[in-house]
Amino acid sequence: MISSKYDVVVIGSGPTGSVTARYAAENGASVLILERDREPGIPVRCAEGVSHNGIAPFIDIDQRWIASRIETAKLTAPNGESAYLYNNGIGYVLERRLFDNALAELACRNGAQLLTKANATGLVWKNNRISGVKYTHLGQKKEVLCDLVIGADGVESRVGRWAGIKTDVALKDIDTCVQYTMVDIKVEKDTIEFFFGTDISPGGYVWIFPKSEDTANVGIGISGHMATEKGPKYYLDNFVERHFPKGKITCRVYGGVTTAKTLKKIVKNNIMLVGDAARQVNPLTGGGIAQGMHAASIAGKIAAEAVKREDFSSQFLKKYRKEWDIRLGNIQNTMYSMKEKVINMSNDRFNRLVKVCQGIPRDEFSLKKLFTEAVKGDPKLILDIAKAFVVYKMK
Amino acid sequence: MIINRDLCDICGSCVAVCPADAIEISEFKVTILDEVCINCLKCIQVCPIKAIKEGN
Repeated sequence: MISSKYDVVVIGSGPTGSVTARYAAENGASVLILERDREPGIPVRCAEGVSHNGIAPFIDIDQRWIASRIETAKLTAPNGESAYLYNNGIGYVLERRLFDNALAELACRNGAQLLTKANATGLVWKNNRISGVKYTHLGQKKEVLCDLVIGADGVESRVGRWAGIKTDVALKDIDTCVQYTMVDIKVEKDTIEFFFGTDISPGGYVWIFPKSEDTANVGIGISGHMATEKGPKYYLDNFVERHFPKGKITCRVYGGVTTAKTLKKIVKNNIMLVGDAARQVNPLTGGGIAQGMHAASIAGKIAAEAVKREDFSSQFLKKYRKEWDIRLGNIQNTMYSMKEKVINMSNDRFNRLVKVCQGIPRDEFSLKKLFTEAVKGDPKLILDIAKAFVVYKMK
Repeated sequence: MIINRDLCDICGSCVAVCPADAIEISEFKVTILDEVCINCLKCIQVCPIKAIKEGN
């Protein structure tokens, strides 16, 4: 039964929203999650790759939502040369629909309420104070009151805007993406692949994330400021035609991935933003699941603390910002600086990067070794190597 | 701006770059509010499927 007043209302039931709700509820807050679609996890708008270490703190690994286990990453340079990156830990390609549902169930088991088909349309203001959320549900206009609103409403977030927080990103800080789920193609099930090059994917990369021996998410992200009238579909269609001419497409998704820094402001009185909505995404890789869940664990606990203290002022909620910066926000800033540099990397540098990787025997492969080798031949390659490593580690 | 709803995948990339908060999004559709739009054209450039065109 949905009531008319909660301590906390979370908007969005992606991984970030559900983890936020779970931590807030577990720590004593009454929590309602509003989900626009008919269930969590749909439509899937994601390459579905994560590292084990990125998600393991927040949910027990369950084979039901794992499509494939990843042990290696393969980089392909513009000249067609490839190199494998070994010994960098385990990753997974998820079934996001099932993964998101599992996280929402976890939130509900810990006391949160979930209302699907509930589209948030605005905030309820009383005496200049945010005091609830307006939404539509099954064709009816409704309102729910709360002390704290948490916007976990993704890249298309509007919650922050309603509260007067500036959330728009520059074109150079968003990748415009297309992804096909393909079948009847030959892929290595334990290997994720990345293709670089100015003609292949300007300011971004093409990815192949295998879901089985003959299915994969094949996608592309190109930097928004380099997206001309051609757009990402043109480049992906070219790639698919070259690499998988006989493959069939079972799913097409389009979307944007921010490659920005975390927003300057992610809290205000009675409101917090988390995950994609706060632009808590790795700017180099576009990976946002682990980042969002991490931010959510902080935000959820602080939301519960705010409820106990009855203090929903931005001054108190800033604790969330502080902890985020210490844990991942500062790293995100470093990644952002690296992105700024590599976004304009030439084909020649990508070729050299892959060549250095090729020079390291499999059993000797380590990040340290990679750096050492890179410094010997070409000191400036360190940055590029770091990028390659990070792509694998944090995606 | 005109949105071709047959193309639009409701991904929300346009909302993320809109500096004027002129774009509304629901489960079923994206709407650009002409009276709020400042014609910066960022939404046209970011749209992955090129579903947006200039005009009223």
